[in-house]
Amino acid sequence: MDWSRFLVYLMVMAGVTYLIRMLPLAAIRGRVRSVFLQSFLYYVPYAVLGAMTFPAVFSATGSWFSALAGTLAALVLGWMEKGLLTVAAVACAVAFAAGFLPL
Amino acid sequence: MLASYQRGLRHGLPIALGYLSVSFAFGIQATSLGLTPLQAVMISFFNVTSAGQLAGLQLMAAGAGLAEMALTQLTINLRYALMSLSLSQKLDSSMTLPHRLLLSFCNTDEVFVVASQQPGKVGRAYLYGLTNGPFLGWVLGTLLGTLAGGFLPAAVTEALGIAIYGMFIAIVLPPFRRSREVRAVVLVAVAMSCLISLWPVLSFISDGFRIILCAVAASALGAWLMPRPFEEEPADEQEAL
Repeated sequence: MDWSRFLVYLMVMAGVTYLIRMLPLAAIRGRVRSVFLQSFLYYVPYAVLGAMTFPAVFSATGSWFSALAGTLAALVLGWMEKGLLTVAAVACAVAFAAGFLPL
Repeated sequence: MLASYQRGLRHGLPIALGYLSVSFAFGIQATSLGLTPLQAVMISFFNVTSAGQLAGLQLMAAGAGLAEMALTQLTINLRYALMSLSLSQKLDSSMTLPHRLLLSFCNTDEVFVVASQQPGKVGRAYLYGLTNGPFLGWVLGTLLGTLAGGFLPAAVTEALGIAIYGMFIAIVLPPFRRSREVRAVVLVAVAMSCLISLWPVLSFISDGFRIILCAVAASALGAWLMPRPFEEEPADEQEAL
């Protein structure tokens, strides 16, 4: 891609993304006092993860079937409280293997 | 300091490996849309975000206007404002302004979630350790994707696509198992997310905006119906032994 055009695009993209991340972190130095807000912020990461994973995970691989197999493997190992890397690697391996099943 | 940094590095390792595979796919796509390897790597270096970069790449290839580019990044990435807000409550006094300016650059979904799971407050040594690996993995994976993407069989690259979600599941399930409140919030968020994604009437809602909507609604519902006991200001991060 033409460099001058690329650089303008890149500056807009990166600039907007950085400001979104930086402003709340730089501006908010104090402690939130409200019980509602404290509870809200405590729940946010879990809600974000849930919404990011489902249903996107079912289209993460080549087919819904291999994705489903990988997801089930991850759910079982996650329930057993295995480490992040273990769960991710087994999910990939199961999805890879399931991709070869005639379906 | 060093112990905290090393603990961060250790916690960041699975994220780094997950990013390596995700950004690898991004690298392949970038070159196939006409970007040079250096351009693809620059995008990853300066943005460090998966969904936003992918959308940006497609807008570049389509020759879209700059306002559309800015607005797309804003909606897809607005969830980071929520995460930065949440993270601001976890930072100890070692996180002075310069470090906030630098570290907010790498506040990705996964980094945020792992940092949130740490007991008490987190300091800058831990956060630099936590972000260094994922940043490197993200940039390196992009480079490898642009250079070697064509050589790997599709079955391998496709299976790698689930790595990041496997990681998410591994993060959320232990607290999901133990806490009834977390379980309720996660289930509401998942149900809403599936509804918005699968119901054609709501298909105008972008992916980034869907995540914000679900996270805000489920967390607000949780905070309203199941408020947590007021927490006193925790002390600065303890040095790990």
